[in-house]
Amino acid sequence: MSDHAWEAVIGLEVHAQLKTRTKTFCRCSTHFGDEPNSNVCPVCLGLPGALPVLNREAVTMAVKAALAFGATVNEQSIFARKNYFYPDLPKGYQISQYEKPFSSGGAVDARLEDGTTKAIRLTRIHMEEDAGKSLHVITEAGTAVDLNRCGTPLIEIVSEPDIRSAEEAYAYLYRLRQTLLYLEVCDGNMEEGSLRCDANISVRKTGAKELGTRTEVKNLNSFRGVERAINFEIERQISVLESGGQVNQETLLWDAERQVVRSMRSKEEANDYRYFPDPDLLPLVIDRAWIEEIRASLCEFPAAREKRFVEQYSLPEYDANVLTAAKEVADYFEQTVKLARATEPKKVSNWIMSEVLAVLGEKNIEITAFEVTPERLAGLFELIDKGTISGKIAKKVFDEMTRTEATAEEIVEKLGLVQISDEDALKALVDKVVSNSPKQVEEYKSGKEKVFGYFVGQVMRETRGKANPQIVNELLRKVLK
Amino acid sequence: MSDLRNLSASELSAKLSSGELTSRRVCETFLSAIEQDSHNCMISVRKEEALAEADQVDRARSDGEKLPATAGVPLIVKDNIVIRGKLPTTCASKILANFASPYDAHVVEKINEAKMIVLGKANMDEFAMGSSNENSAFGPVHGPVDPERVPGGSSGGAAAAVALKLAPLALGSDTGGSIRQPAALCGVAGLKPTYGRVSRYGLVAFGSSLDQIGPLARRVKDAALLLSVVAGHDSRDSTSAEVQVPDYQGALDGGLKGLKIGLPAEYFPDSLDSRVREKVDAQVEKLESLGAETENISLPHTEYAIAAYYIIATAEASANLARFDGVRYGHRSSESGNLIEMYRTSRNEGFGAEVKRRIMLGTYVLSAGYYDAYYLKAQKVRTLITRDFTEAFKKVDLILTPTTPTPAWKIGSFEDDPVSMYLQDIFTVTANLSGVPAISIPAGTVDGLPVGVQLIGRHFDESTILKAAGRLEGEVQ
Repeated sequence: MSDHAWEAVIGLEVHAQLKTRTKTFCRCSTHFGDEPNSNVCPVCLGLPGALPVLNREAVTMAVKAALAFGATVNEQSIFARKNYFYPDLPKGYQISQYEKPFSSGGAVDARLEDGTTKAIRLTRIHMEEDAGKSLHVITEAGTAVDLNRCGTPLIEIVSEPDIRSAEEAYAYLYRLRQTLLYLEVCDGNMEEGSLRCDANISVRKTGAKELGTRTEVKNLNSFRGVERAINFEIERQISVLESGGQVNQETLLWDAERQVVRSMRSKEEANDYRYFPDPDLLPLVIDRAWIEEIRASLCEFPAAREKRFVEQYSLPEYDANVLTAAKEVADYFEQTVKLARATEPKKVSNWIMSEVLAVLGEKNIEITAFEVTPERLAGLFELIDKGTISGKIAKKVFDEMTRTEATAEEIVEKLGLVQISDEDALKALVDKVVSNSPKQVEEYKSGKEKVFGYFVGQVMRETRGKANPQIVNELLRKVLK
Repeated sequence: MSDLRNLSASELSAKLSSGELTSRRVCETFLSAIEQDSHNCMISVRKEEALAEADQVDRARSDGEKLPATAGVPLIVKDNIVIRGKLPTTCASKILANFASPYDAHVVEKINEAKMIVLGKANMDEFAMGSSNENSAFGPVHGPVDPERVPGGSSGGAAAAVALKLAPLALGSDTGGSIRQPAALCGVAGLKPTYGRVSRYGLVAFGSSLDQIGPLARRVKDAALLLSVVAGHDSRDSTSAEVQVPDYQGALDGGLKGLKIGLPAEYFPDSLDSRVREKVDAQVEKLESLGAETENISLPHTEYAIAAYYIIATAEASANLARFDGVRYGHRSSESGNLIEMYRTSRNEGFGAEVKRRIMLGTYVLSAGYYDAYYLKAQKVRTLITRDFTEAFKKVDLILTPTTPTPAWKIGSFEDDPVSMYLQDIFTVTANLSGVPAISIPAGTVDGLPVGVQLIGRHFDESTILKAAGRLEGEVQ
């Protein structure tokens, strides 16, 4: 491979479905997975005479995204008709924005593998409505069309060609999706199509100023797909050029099953969409007051929160990164820390990263659906801090908590797991263990310090793990001296 | 009582309220006139439904229920306004010949609230594209005065039906003159309200930024009555205005003293048919005798109006008519092979020649490389024409013009010359481009053929138009 001689230039177009309750221009539900063609009305069916009315909630969500990426929200924007024929497009045009999008500029701060951050600039974000779905099932009847999705609001986020590799594209998409999830404006589910990505890709000799001929690769419906398709297309273009050929400007489809791109249409076959302002809709006016109202409602974004976690809770960067990956986990952490005041935040972090996330993975549930709420987890920490139970027992209690609704305290009581810190009682046990193990005592005294662990283990066995390990250690050392 | 058909809607409403007439009797009379008529005014008649609704009104009235004043008054609706139920909404097109709407247009809801009764759907130019009503898949409408002549269009069926007393009222739509021009050629009153005054929800779109629903009637007072029923804000139409609806019928009572009326030079060119000019001049004199003051004004960008209009209207139409693709409803060709072939043959078979011509024109003017030269330039002209009116209305309260350059022509006259027919819209398209309201009322006849005079008013000032038109009409009769 002679990849170092070549440089890829990539821009991404991401379509994100907004999580509004109703569609962009009518009041039909946007619910996913309902019976085909059940969430439809004259407006989204494009019946003669029906007219669109803009959903304010969609605008609010779109503006949230724009503000999160530091974009300029334009006070006036225009909805335009994008004309093309397709069976899942009932009006014969899609209502979109063209010359005057609602948002210009901005950037996504992608965090690269080496820990550095690269700002990928945005060209624009515009609002549009989604089309329906063509289900190409091979039946006698032919292709079936489901218009439930038709009219669902989308934002299209268009990046500048600032991306140089599949890894950067991945990092960009990761941060973009994470931010949309933080904002609660998109559920980010690429498999269900609520987040979709097209990539414009070209390659040029490293150091060259001019851009190469680009192709557009569509149908990238997973993170892995984005990475693989981009790598595939970069390699393809390089090999075409190295063998003396030319890259054709065309639209390609990523075939995830066969891991190749297929040609969809050439430049000559490209549609002329004949955009023009939609006369059924007034210019969209987003005034300063509305923007400020939305700005005031914004949550803290992932990067800022990560930084704050390091500063406020003295967490290592690694912990802060893991905890803030999803807003809900970060919320869970902060709530627990707040409730378990006597516990070190780092200790809470350890618990969440090792225990909580593991259980969530096993159960395949979201943290918001986790039975062990911050309140219950804080209750467990309280018992550790008071010395009621040891860390080891705490794990046992936690396991029990994931299966019942009882508090940590109730479980400890019920299972009789209270730590034994009574020195007299423990002294008797220690004496008993020592007198029953003359051989081990001899070994220890002859310098085999490893045997100490044996004595601890015996005491623990006698108490079924409830003995306070610190006290046991002290007593044993005294007795064996 | 055959003279029941001579009564105005207001008179009918009074006689229905007092119990002197039943709605069944009124509706039966008009329905039988429709049945016997040979001018091809109607595409469909809803006889049974209309009579059942009439009986309901009569029963409610005899039960002493409080009913709207308009309860039981019949009307006809142009066939590009959707009505829920079995009755199709065809737009006079083969492509929608069997289309039954699952919902009512906003104006139909208003008519239902007013307990008025729709007798049927009026013939029209296909998708409201035409000035003669010759472009109908259901055959041309014949002029009410001379059946060999056109009634005008595109609301030709509605205008002729009102002139022929097949109904006291009709609802039409006006994109470039489609209410006013047939009203003029048929000798009735027709009002295009301000853009945004009447909801377009349920009006099958032709040129969305120009379309407006409005009333046709033999008397101005009746036009005011029907406008009162259908005007007002509708949250389902984003271009519908939140402007208070005044008492239009009450507005007719005022005098004209001191009213300033502008006569735009561009609407009285030397080439204007001198007989038409005489009739319009006579109206000007009458207004002066009623105390109005007239003034010569200029609307300097008028000469570009037809070109701008036919670019904007066809551009919008090319997108508006894309939904008629044979996929979900309407005509689907039996010849279809693959998808593209299905679109092509369905639309080719379903649309008439004029509709195809306009879709092609509109597609062309929006195409890459032509957009700026045509569509964008036309929008600039539109802004200038709107400014012309704004400036003029700083000086005058109303603008008076002929409605059409000529009286009705013989069917087939412009068969091979669509552009000359387009030029017939010269005096009416400017009100659509600028959004202002305008009425056409009869101004007498030329060789027995009706001609109209047009009164144009300020945005949302239909009242002043109706007042002047009402007084003028009083003088005519």
